Amino acid sequence: MRKNIITIKNLSKSFGNRRILKEINFDINEGDIACIIGPSGSGKSTLLRCINLLEYPDSGKIIYDGKNILTGEYNINKYRSKVGMVFQQFNLFNNLNVIQNCTIGPIKVLRQDPKEAYKTAMKYLTQVQMSSFAEAKPKQLSGGQKQRVAIARALSMNSRVLLFDEPTSALDPETVGEVLKTMKNLASSGLTMIIVTHEMAFAREVSNKIVFMDQGIILEEGHPDNILTNPKHERTKTFLSRFIINE
Amino acid sequence: MEKSFLEWIVYIIQNYGLWFLKGAGTTLLISFFGTIIGFIIGLVFASIRTIKITHNNFKKILMKIINFLISCYVEVFRGTPMMVQAVIIYFGMQEFMGINFSPTVAGLIIVSINTGAYMIEVVRGGIESIDIGQLEASKSIGMNHWQSMIHIILPQTIKNILPATCNEFIINIKDTSVLNVISVTELFFVTKSIKGAIYRTYETFIVVALIYLILTLTITRIIRYIEKFMDSTDKFTPASSTMPIIFVKKTGEK
Repeated sequence: MRKNIITIKNLSKSFGNRRILKEINFDINEGDIACIIGPSGSGKSTLLRCINLLEYPDSGKIIYDGKNILTGEYNINKYRSKVGMVFQQFNLFNNLNVIQNCTIGPIKVLRQDPKEAYKTAMKYLTQVQMSSFAEAKPKQLSGGQKQRVAIARALSMNSRVLLFDEPTSALDPETVGEVLKTMKNLASSGLTMIIVTHEMAFAREVSNKIVFMDQGIILEEGHPDNILTNPKHERTKTFLSRFIINE
Repeated sequence: MEKSFLEWIVYIIQNYGLWFLKGAGTTLLISFFGTIIGFIIGLVFASIRTIKITHNNFKKILMKIINFLISCYVEVFRGTPMMVQAVIIYFGMQEFMGINFSPTVAGLIIVSINTGAYMIEVVRGGIESIDIGQLEASKSIGMNHWQSMIHIILPQTIKNILPATCNEFIINIKDTSVLNVISVTELFFVTKSIKGAIYRTYETFIVVALIYLILTLTITRIIRYIEKFMDSTDKFTPASSTMPIIFVKKTGEK
């Protein structure tokens, strides 16, 4: 049995009167590639942001390596450095160039030696095929290039888990492919990933776990073959029927 | 024989030029360092103001108190004339605390905290204009609030608020004139002394108006040059994007 990394227990989150997440239970083991799918407004992104504590949950537990990180005693910044995030809007640091984007975390947060951080960053930039752009500023890059740098930035932190919040939704159709390809390579390298996505074909191909969310709850979860071809709930069926045509 | 207007101007510049120069020096010194210190006050306090506590009730209450105190500072110093502040701080310190500053040092302190009050709001606006994604990304790699501010948010903010800061500097050059109430020997105070010595109000003040104008115009020019320079520093051509173009041209020649 693979080692458990993150377990979420009874997680709830509201914005004002709107309950976005209702008692979510969810766990992730080492090497899992979990794809969270569902209609917009179902709480997928909020769940992902709660895992990284960009949104602070109202109640529930997030257990990382056997410890609940929501007790207030756990060092949240240290936890965050272990759980990387890739955003829909890339969010590269605009004041830094590509290589600095990838080294600032390792140098300032992990206190790595700058030379070592540079080497690691270059390794990951090469992996995402962006090493020739090391000196470029984010505004000189295309969307797909930005997202690949954002992935390299998250990798440079040597995170144990990478969270992807709709990484291809802000890209034009032609560049979606290059980002998905990069993510596929990562998936085969054994990294643990949680991906919020609308790319069903991609989800089926890379993931070993699909989570379908609707209205703040997890309606179904399981192996992609079961969920995508044989959904139990009516809601999952209607949601998926729209994608089957494309495949 | 009575001197003409121009002769008076020449006379004033010839005889009191050094006085004006010294006064202008003090004015520039106070307004320059006052703006810089005020700018730093703005950066620090606005960064404190943007701390968001999501849990831990004790820290939440503490932040509310700190925010209230910062608001008081901003409102009091923006809501009263600098001339009044100067008198209260300078004479208040002498009378009730027994602290004796030289007028120039006192002037510098007053301009600094007054500018600081304005700069807090300017910096806060600047921070809020930066896309929230920048802060989220810095948090997501484990940076704490101050690391995010120093390495990511403030560098971008400073670039955006540079024009407003320079504007504050120019305003300070003119506004330091109110420090004559606590006898700081800046440009306006010197002008009053010269006027007292030669009894020519109109000519003396024409000269000082020109000096102020020269100061502000020169500085505006310098600032514009700096801004242009800063904009031109982000040019880059990646090797891989130029290579194919060269290749295409070569095959085209054949």
